[in-house]
Amino acid sequence: MSDTTIETPKEFYVIEDSHHDHAEHHETGTMLGFWIYLMSDCLIFGILFATYAVLGQNYAAGPAPVDLFEVDMILVATFMLLFSSITYGFAVLRMDVNDLRGTVLWLIVTGLFGAAFLFLELKEFIHLWHIGATPMASAFLSSFFFLVGTHGLHVLGGSIWLVVLLTQLGLHGLTHENKRRVMCLSLFWHFLDLIWIGVFSLVYLTGVLL
Amino acid sequence: MSLSHEAADGITHVSGVDPIFGKLSWGVFPFYEPVIFYTFIAVALGGIAVVGALTYFRLWGYLWKEWFTSIDHKKIGIMYMVLGLIMLLRGFADALLMRLHQAMAASGGEGYLNAHHYDQIFTAHGVIMIFFVAMPFVTGFMNYVMPLQIGARDVAFPFLNNLSFWLTVSGAVLIMISLFVGEFSTAGWLAYAPFSGLDYSPSVGMDYYLWSLNIAGIGTTLSGINLVVTIVKMRAPGMTLMKMPVFVWTALCTNILIVATFPVLTATLALLTADRYLGTHFFTNDLGGNPMMYVNLIWIWGHPEVYILILPIFGIFSEIVPTFTGKRLFGYTSMVYATCVIMVLSYIVWLHHFFTMGAGANVNAFFGITTMIISIPTGAKIFNWLFTMYKGRIRFETPMLWVMGFMLTFVIGGMTGVLLAVPPADYVLHNSLFLIAHFHNVIIGGVVFGIFAGIIYWWPKAFGFQLAPFWGKVSFWCWLIGFYLAFMPLYVLGLMGVTRRISQFEDTFYSVYFVLALIGALFIAAGIGAFIIQIIVSILKRDELRDATGDPWNGRTLEWSTSSPPPYYNFAFTPRVHELDAFTQMKREEFVRPIDGFIPIHMPRYTATGIVMAGFMTVMGFALVWHVWWLAILSFAATLLYGIGHTFNYNRDYYVPADEVREIESQRTQQLTGAAE
Repeated sequence: MSDTTIETPKEFYVIEDSHHDHAEHHETGTMLGFWIYLMSDCLIFGILFATYAVLGQNYAAGPAPVDLFEVDMILVATFMLLFSSITYGFAVLRMDVNDLRGTVLWLIVTGLFGAAFLFLELKEFIHLWHIGATPMASAFLSSFFFLVGTHGLHVLGGSIWLVVLLTQLGLHGLTHENKRRVMCLSLFWHFLDLIWIGVFSLVYLTGVLL
Repeated sequence: MSLSHEAADGITHVSGVDPIFGKLSWGVFPFYEPVIFYTFIAVALGGIAVVGALTYFRLWGYLWKEWFTSIDHKKIGIMYMVLGLIMLLRGFADALLMRLHQAMAASGGEGYLNAHHYDQIFTAHGVIMIFFVAMPFVTGFMNYVMPLQIGARDVAFPFLNNLSFWLTVSGAVLIMISLFVGEFSTAGWLAYAPFSGLDYSPSVGMDYYLWSLNIAGIGTTLSGINLVVTIVKMRAPGMTLMKMPVFVWTALCTNILIVATFPVLTATLALLTADRYLGTHFFTNDLGGNPMMYVNLIWIWGHPEVYILILPIFGIFSEIVPTFTGKRLFGYTSMVYATCVIMVLSYIVWLHHFFTMGAGANVNAFFGITTMIISIPTGAKIFNWLFTMYKGRIRFETPMLWVMGFMLTFVIGGMTGVLLAVPPADYVLHNSLFLIAHFHNVIIGGVVFGIFAGIIYWWPKAFGFQLAPFWGKVSFWCWLIGFYLAFMPLYVLGLMGVTRRISQFEDTFYSVYFVLALIGALFIAAGIGAFIIQIIVSILKRDELRDATGDPWNGRTLEWSTSSPPPYYNFAFTPRVHELDAFTQMKREEFVRPIDGFIPIHMPRYTATGIVMAGFMTVMGFALVWHVWWLAILSFAATLLYGIGHTFNYNRDYYVPADEVREIESQRTQQLTGAAE
């Protein structure tokens, strides 16, 4: 190019230092991917919330929320889940200072709180089943069991994941991959907490207040 | 069917189910139907021939090692295309059966299909064409082309990509099994409740539908997440958003739509599944269920779905038109914004599928207006392509023929769509053959034409030789003529009030239209035949058609800058992008290909986890359809454990040694000098 303007020849390819850039590059991809997955999961809950909003008052001459919900016990369950979120936060804080023992301990505490939540939920479901309030009884109960149950299944899935992750932490320690996995499960766990706040407000509180 | 009955307490008790075999028995094979019996014989013989040939030529190991377990986005893309082509043959066979039957039934006879069988055929046709033809083709294009266009070496999550593909196959396999074991759904491609509930559809057909779509739908969602992250995170340096090729933009918007809608499908089908399997009351007529809830939910997914199909096709046209007119695309920015506007609007038009629900004048007016508005960005796109062609040096290669066929045909389909968007008109035309003609007009004239254009355009990139043009042109003209003959009569019939999904006619007045439509379908059959001949002829004559340059069309985007077929790592060096049409700029500024200084390349390892997990899922789906509970639990547990086992494998990638890269690249150098001489 012999124009009046000085033009440096353009580079059309990158000579990358392949050993260093890739790891970081991939990390951010995984976190973004996981966020998008969570948003898609959020849509599933969105549909279940919408279904509950539409069908939630079709009692079909069966029981209504006021007849069924024991808000005291639900509140205890709610706090179990909220505490588990806090303890997960502590686990991540320990992970940031590369304290494997502390991370694992707080994760175990998180799992215990999760298990307590699941236990209380299961107890409630069994109780409802016994008094005849099954998902087959009315559209209200169908949508109730599906909304709350899907959340419960997620917590169960998260708990299984937690056990797997603890095993992997035991095997490999706080490696790069494992830290990323702890962060993904953390997002998942807090996400379930958020969904539960929606469930608690829309289903239980609104149900007994109205 | 007396398999279930409602007990007094409202709980559905399933009785008469064998604990080992579930609902399976010798009676489930529908070989008393002559059509199915002969089809089965033909498929069985064909299957034995294929398996025999693969065994004889010892190809199983090659297929397993190089293809089935591959996580190379290019190979997965090609496998998606193969799946689409195979399922196109099945879906089209259904179409021919229907056309022949209706022509006979409308001409004074009874046709050769009973109503129950006819219902299964139109349902299978719709489901297969949308989920297992159009979706695999579109996903295949995005998989193959998009990473090359953004200068990436693979997608963001290569293993997930393989899993997504095999989950889609799993869904397709379940539908194919339903042809010979049991039966398929009769409830239409969207399975409206309450008809799709247990009371009105007690057979396993609906269950095949549900499990097939649920498994394939999960695959599609994962693939959507994967491709969004790929586009957002893995573009070559310098490729800012407004320097992405239009195909990449459309792929981005489509995958956002996939992520934003397929979960809705999954949730909706799960609720319907619960109604059928657990006896819940989401969409039933009794105990507070609301069938219209189902119709709303399924269309909240269903309408964006048609844009999921058409947007990447718009992208394909936006690549082809500039290439074959030798000009940059007219109105790139408006093209991008039009795509984004369509993406957003497609989410708020779903109710136009059921104006007759009676939501009221205001609601109908809202959705009617949003629907009409969506034609504005679509129209802008048409004008952009036209202005790109204006005063260009148009080369009438086969892809360009498809583009022009598309523009004429799609505009007609678009206009009938706007007509249907007017609620009062829709009240007259709802569920008539006019609607059938409209959506075939946009899906064949848009999606299918675009798929053929894209296959012919990118074939030389994928295989290193071009497709013989003669048979391609035969195929195009057969399709174009066939389309108009097959669907223009349906517009007329629809205006006369003939409704869809009818298998018997009392009046022979409609005969001539249905016979014309049958002739059209035969033309389309010839078009598909010519396309297959084109592929076979081209493979036989591949040495004459060979393209050593990697850039047979004088392309404008990065995929043409690498060899054909590209090496498995795509680019020896990651490209650096300075402007839109990056490869055109490289050619203009006389870019010199680097021939040494290669460095090791980081690549993912192949894995069999995807195909194994999808295999378990297929077994699970089949077991659930037939209520073989132990097998369903076992295969679900196997899927879960295998997936968890996969997470214990930390050794998932490797470095291609610089020597190997040098070896491959020097072969390419020789190839290029050979081409230049």
